[in-house]
Parts: sequence; structure tokens; C-alpha cells
Amino acid sequence: MKRVTQIALGAAALAALPQMGLAQDTAPGFDEIGPYIMTTLLFCMAGFLVFFMAAGFAMLEGGLVRSKNVTMQMTKNIGLYSLAAIMYWLIGFNLMYPGDSWIMPGWVGPFFSTTVLDPVGVGAADAALGYASIGSDFFFQLVFVAATASIVSGALAERIKLWPFLIFVIVLTGVMYPISGSWQWGGGWLAEAGFSDFAGSTVVHSVGGWAALAGAIVLGPRLGKYDKDGKVNPIPGSNLALATLGTFILWLGWFGFNGGSQLAMGTVGDVSDVSRIFANTNMAAAAGAVTALILTQVMYKKPDLTMTLNGALAGLVSITAEPLAPTLFGALWIGAVGGVIVVFTVPMLDRFKIDDVVGAIPVHLFAGIWGTIAVIFYGDASIATQLMGIIAYGVFTFVVSLVVWFAIKAAMGIRVDEETEINGLDMAELGMEAYPEFSKG
Amino acid sequence: MKLVIATIKPFKLEEVREALTDLGVSGMMVTEIKGFGAQSGHTEVYRGAEYAVNFVPKIKLEIAVADAIADDVVETVAKTARTGKIGDGKIFVLELQHAMRVRTGDVNESAL
Repeated sequence: MKRVTQIALGAAALAALPQMGLAQDTAPGFDEIGPYIMTTLLFCMAGFLVFFMAAGFAMLEGGLVRSKNVTMQMTKNIGLYSLAAIMYWLIGFNLMYPGDSWIMPGWVGPFFSTTVLDPVGVGAADAALGYASIGSDFFFQLVFVAATASIVSGALAERIKLWPFLIFVIVLTGVMYPISGSWQWGGGWLAEAGFSDFAGSTVVHSVGGWAALAGAIVLGPRLGKYDKDGKVNPIPGSNLALATLGTFILWLGWFGFNGGSQLAMGTVGDVSDVSRIFANTNMAAAAGAVTALILTQVMYKKPDLTMTLNGALAGLVSITAEPLAPTLFGALWIGAVGGVIVVFTVPMLDRFKIDDVVGAIPVHLFAGIWGTIAVIFYGDASIATQLMGIIAYGVFTFVVSLVVWFAIKAAMGIRVDEETEINGLDMAELGMEAYPEFSKG
Repeated sequence: MKLVIATIKPFKLEEVREALTDLGVSGMMVTEIKGFGAQSGHTEVYRGAEYAVNFVPKIKLEIAVADAIADDVVETVAKTARTGKIGDGKIFVLELQHAMRVRTGDVNESAL
């Protein structure tokens, strides 16, 4: 503990040097500027990690779609991340964190209020030292909304047109996610009610899952996925090495996702808590993966890699609602239940003929619901409030998503034609293959 | 016996297979090919540069059938693979001299 304090002090002193030069008489002490500096640093570094989850989602999805759809999947991923970044500046950030500017207190924040950064070269005397810089806070929050949109792209892969998908992303990242997010993280009605969701099992992951579920229902399954008699035909992905790389990148990114959500690093307690979150997050992922590995061995006589990858991610989603309070053993069993959920809900979705290419709905929606409920075992929450939050987010996101998907479908269509789907979206929609072998002829 | 060689659009493969199975065809060879015919390719753009795609992906079917059903097979492939748009493919019928089932040594029609 002592060592931690000294390191924190040292880092703070270094970072504070310019300000100290300007005001030598009253050099601010660590208690004054330390928390601001350290929390800003936490947001930047955790934000970089969560940003990298965009790469994780891209690789996971690129590996789990067929090679004829990889260029399209990558195009959707870079498009959705970049659109999310712009929409969150234009509308999202202030809509989600209204402060005193609610339009409907607790429910809807201000529209069309763009984000404004701190002035250049802000001094210790000018900054609002209570929290962190606006730039770091804005960046950290915007990489979360991008993760929500990535969840949707995986579920709807291999059959949705590019532009209708991106239009949905604009609505999701600019309006839907910020409004529902404000209910909890913006200090809205659910936060008042005592709902507890530390890093977003519900606020981020379930929201992405609900939007994906609505999209998958409106869009319909891929051609050939289900026979008329209900038989399920597996459609194997093109590159399981990429899918595994993507999962590990997501796992890495999750340390930022959960660790950064401590939202403070200026005290011994906060730094210690952040590290506690890292350890629990890692444990839940490992438990989810091992559970899926063993369960698929037992159920299908052979372990299934793609299900094991989903298991790790489900473990991560499960611990996201409360990564701080559980013991390591608590993180283990919460994550393990996430792994069980994935192994049983992936075939269940197939029975309903809901085609989810990468398992996004089991991982992010079902494990997200579980993680939100699991808060009651170690955290400070009641089951009634948790369920109320889960239902509120579900109803709002699912219904609005359905409306938006149907509106886009009516206006411009969302699905490619049969020939395009079988020939692959890469050549038909983009004229560019991910793995060209014979293009010159 | 006849050997029917057909080139079709890839997205028609399943439909053609189902139709032929209903007709009693008990086997076929399928190859992913590229080629050109009346549909002589098109141009695409990569990083701003146009390039010609001279060969279009197709599926080649090779089906060995008894003389009695050869015409029906050709008819069925043509009917199911047809979209009416350019690039629907071609069908060739060859006289087949000999056939043998490797496992049993059966020859000709009993080998099909």
C-alpha cells in the first residue's frame, strides 16, 4: 500500500511540474490536483484499451463470417466505430450526461448539444478539479457506445446491406444508447431508484444485444441456415485464428472497460480497487471459457472452440455489472454461469430460427441480464430494482430498435437479394474481396 | 449413357440439386469454376483504379445419367437454373462410353 502511494505521488508531481512553475509560492499539493491528474490518466489509458475492443470485435466477426463476406464485415466495423465517435460528439455525450440540463428530468437530456473540451493549457486554478478532464471523460465514454454498435454488427453479419446498417448505428449511438444510458450513468431515474450496473452489463451489453435481437428478427436468418423442417445447418467461419485473436483483444480491452469504470484513481483505495477489478475481470473470463470448454466436451463429445471463445466473452459480460465487490471465487462462479448460459442459449436461439452469426445475443444480452442480476450476491442492490432496470432497458431498446429497423426496411430495404447473399457481399456490394486469389484471371 | 455438363449461377446450386434429386438423379460432381461466355465480365474499382473482372464465378455440374432420363435432366437443369438474365450458363451433353463403380466393379447403368 505504501509503495503504491509513493508511485502515485511521484507520477502526480511529474505531471504537475508546469503548473508548479507558474505558481511557486502556493504549489498545489497532491490532495488538490492528484485525483484530477490520476483519474484523467485512468480515463485515457482505459479508453485506449476499450478503443482496442473495436479491433477485437472486427477480428472476431471477420473470423466467424465466411471469406466472401470479410471485406464487408471490416467495412461495417470501421464505419460503425467512426460514426459512433462523431455521433457521440454531436449529440450523444451531453444527452447521456445532462448535468443540470435535463429536458425531462431523469428521462431525457438535451438534444443537439455538442461536446466542448476544456480550454488549451488549463491551469490548476481554472480546472474543475473534482473529477477529470472533459476530453478524457468524453473519449472514455464514447468508446463504450462504439462497443454497443459492434455487438449489433456481429449478429446481423452476412446478409444486411451496408448503408441501412450504418443508418441504424447513427440512431443507436446518437440517440438510443445515450437516452437509456442517461437513466443510469447520467444520474437519471434508474440511478435514483438504486439500480446498480458498474460498467454496463445492462447499459452497454444488453442494449447492444436487444438492438441486435430486434435486427435479427426483422432481417431473418441467412439463406441455408435453417431447413424447412427446422433442421439447423452450421455455417462455419472462415478463420478461427482471427476469431481467437479477436476474443483475446476483447479480453484485454475489458480491463479498460471495467477498470476504467471505477471512475477515479486519485487515492490508495481507488488504485487498489482498479487492480481488484482487473483480477476479478480476468477470473470471470477464464471461468466462462473453461466452463464452455468442458460443457461442449461433455455435451457434444468434442470441445467447441467458437463456443469457448463465446464463453470467455460471456464471463466478461457477466462480471461487468459488478467487477469490484466479488471475491476471486465470486468472480469465478459468476463468470462460469455466463459460460453455461452461452452453451445453452446458442442452440435455443437456433430453435427460434433467430440467426446470430457470432453469438452476440447469448453473450451480450443473456449473460448481460445474468450479470445484472448477479450484483445482488456481492454488491449493494435489490433483486426488484435490478429486474426493473433490466426490463426498462429491454423494453425501450427492443421496441425502439424494432421501429427503427422496420422504418429503414420500408424506406430502403435492409437485406441483400438472394444472388448477392450467395455470391458474397464482398464482390456484389463492394467489388472487393478480402482474400483475392484469381482476380486478374 | 450421357454425361451432362452444366454451368450455372452459384446461387442456383441448391435449387438444381433438389430438383435433380426429385428426378431420381443419385449423384453429381460439383466444381467451383470461373469462366466467361456471353456475360464477358465487368469492371470493378480497387483504391480508385479500375480493373476488369474477365472471369465470372460459376458452378460446374457433371452428371452421368441413363439415356432414358437424359432429356429430363437437361430440361430440369435449364428450368431451375434459369433467371432470364445474362450469365445463366450452358448445358453440354456428351455420349458416355463406359462407367464403373469402384467399390463393386458394377459397370455402365448399374454403376450410375
